Amino acid sequence: MSEEQKNMEAERSLSLEAQFEARIARDEKIEPKDWMPEKYRKTHIRQMSQHAHSEIVGMLPEGNWITRAPSLRRKVALLAKVQDEAGHGLYLYSACETLGITRDELYEQLHTGKAKYSSIFNYPTVTWADMGAIGWLVDGAAIINQVPLCNTSYGPYARAMIRVCKEESFHQRQGFEIMIKLAGGSPEQKEMAQDALNRWWWPSLMMLGPTDAESVHTEQSMKWKLKRKSNDDLRQQFIDQTVPQAELIGLTIPDADLKWNEERGSYDFGDINWDEFWQVVKGHGPCNKERMNARVGAWEGGEWVRDAAMAYAEKKESRKNKKVV
Amino acid sequence: MTKKNWPLWEVFVRSKNGLEHRHFGSLHAADEEMALENARDVYTRRSEGVSIWVVESKNITASNPENNGELFEPAQDKVYRHPTFYDLPDEVKHM
Repeated sequence: MSEEQKNMEAERSLSLEAQFEARIARDEKIEPKDWMPEKYRKTHIRQMSQHAHSEIVGMLPEGNWITRAPSLRRKVALLAKVQDEAGHGLYLYSACETLGITRDELYEQLHTGKAKYSSIFNYPTVTWADMGAIGWLVDGAAIINQVPLCNTSYGPYARAMIRVCKEESFHQRQGFEIMIKLAGGSPEQKEMAQDALNRWWWPSLMMLGPTDAESVHTEQSMKWKLKRKSNDDLRQQFIDQTVPQAELIGLTIPDADLKWNEERGSYDFGDINWDEFWQVVKGHGPCNKERMNARVGAWEGGEWVRDAAMAYAEKKESRKNKKVV
Repeated sequence: MTKKNWPLWEVFVRSKNGLEHRHFGSLHAADEEMALENARDVYTRRSEGVSIWVVESKNITASNPENNGELFEPAQDKVYRHPTFYDLPDEVKHM
């Protein structure tokens, strides 16, 4: 390419980019075959796949309790919730594939650790009350994160998120119902609920992402409407709505510095242990290895089934073709 | 043996009789039968549909947004295709 051609090419892409940004500013949606800057494509693949991976890995901590749910009512609800998470993962993977990456590449990125998933799923689920705490807090935080995404600029992502959000509110309610029952039960049951809250509270706050000062992607993501509110705003919203719910069922938020601030009309809260967050993100959480082993094991263990299904489909197809001849 | 991945299918669901099938999303499946079964599990867990179509994605021919000008702009200056283009006296009712 000559210097002149290079300049023309650069100019062309600059004006395309300006048009593209203007479309997003006008709240127009971007669809798969539309021109988009490479960075938009990459950022979306990163965020959407991370989101899909979180749904898929997120099945593991809860799957742990399906066979031990205390009643049939709890069991069908938990089973349905975990099945929803599989569904959410699938909506998101297929939305992500519209950006020109294959499902196999996406899995590969997850299995090799190149792609991340939400750090919260690297914590263990040691008692039944954890099913309550996860639904109430983890899904609660997820909803706060996800609702603004129903309006994001990339059409397939926004459509997937509308379906996800519609289904998510049952998840939070089933979790809170578990907490209500335990908190109102025997002293041992109440203690179990409090213990689960103690262990899940801080990781749930961390789940909303690093503080604004540390968040590297926020500015660009705001512009593309991949983000409508900053991590700190979302975290404050989560705290303000969750504290009264804990009070209602007689549980105590494990934060000595938590205090209502009349002036701000919000709760002040204690320092978050960000070292812990980064340790978990980097792979040193309590269950990172266990989760990845389970996930990779399931994928590899299922390979013969996928191959057999494909071989069967091909055989059927070739028989059909023979008959036609 | 070269590895063969399950192909991609597009899923269309009629949410109730009287409405058209609408694109709901896509999924991977080995054949059309599995695509239908998977579509039922992935997209209609809450009575979202009464009928499902699946079609292998590679069989869909789509227009290219780069051609949107020639495809769709000619309709913009044909305002005479809309009822509001025609001037009628106010006294005319029901038209």
